Amino acid sequence: MGEQARRCNRGCLLSVDSYAFLPRAFRAMFEAEPQLDHEPVWAEMKVPLDQARVGLLSSAGIFLAETQEPFDVERERREPTWGDPTLRMIPDGVAQSQIDATHLHINTADLLTDLNVALPIHRLNELAVEGVIGEAAPEHFSVMGFQEEGADEWRTVTGPDIAARCHAADIDALILAPA
Amino acid sequence: MPVLARVIEEAGIPTVTVTMMPVLSEKYRSSRILGVEFPFGHSFGRPGDGEVQTRVLRNALTLLAEAPVAETRVDLGEKWPGDPKEAYKNWQPSEPSPIVAHTIDAIRKARRDAARG
Repeated sequence: MGEQARRCNRGCLLSVDSYAFLPRAFRAMFEAEPQLDHEPVWAEMKVPLDQARVGLLSSAGIFLAETQEPFDVERERREPTWGDPTLRMIPDGVAQSQIDATHLHINTADLLTDLNVALPIHRLNELAVEGVIGEAAPEHFSVMGFQEEGADEWRTVTGPDIAARCHAADIDALILAPA
Repeated sequence: MPVLARVIEEAGIPTVTVTMMPVLSEKYRSSRILGVEFPFGHSFGRPGDGEVQTRVLRNALTLLAEAPVAETRVDLGEKWPGDPKEAYKNWQPSEPSPIVAHTIDAIRKARRDAARG
């Protein structure tokens, strides 16, 4: 059973079944997550899209093979409720051959063939050439998606660090791609 | 990722989340949500499929520019272009993640509770 068909606030059909590719055993766990009662957050786009500098953030555990430490999956193996909450910066001009990834929750084989399935840097740059956006950010952001105990550090360290780097690099908007 | 989405948006950076689990982003009240019914790890499609990758990205950018209010969710009405059974099998790691191995009993209990309503 999929989710019930609903409509978005502009009338379009909400057709995506969030559980379509999830093993059935996981579904109840996610359904049990409470609806948070905090207020929604909202930052306005301050520049037109075709003048905006746009960055990407993936949680697929991507890092630069030669120059960056892998995400610490060995500690996660020892401490299953811990996930490495640190950040890696991926330069906009990165080549596929420079990329590696560590993630114990997904198979990374496809993104090691084509980074763009998780962090579409090359597609973003094509859209910049086309004039859809102003330009791609000089660097993009990579984290490793499994967080339980690490979520606090995401909230207090990694998240503010990403925001500060966005401000420093004049990034106008960020596309987030949870893996 | 909804945790990061919130912190980044609070700091004044507009975000759009491209996600296989839009229902989870809704629970966290993310600002702009683009749902995609793709296997995990493949938010933008299959390797080598630039056409779909670009289409997903264009939809995300449109949402960034045009979402009228917070908590706007739009779903991409595009089915996974490959065999969904193969995709279901292939996105998963070769061995259960540590947390799954660790909490398998809790998951089974949640399933039993859900079955009982």
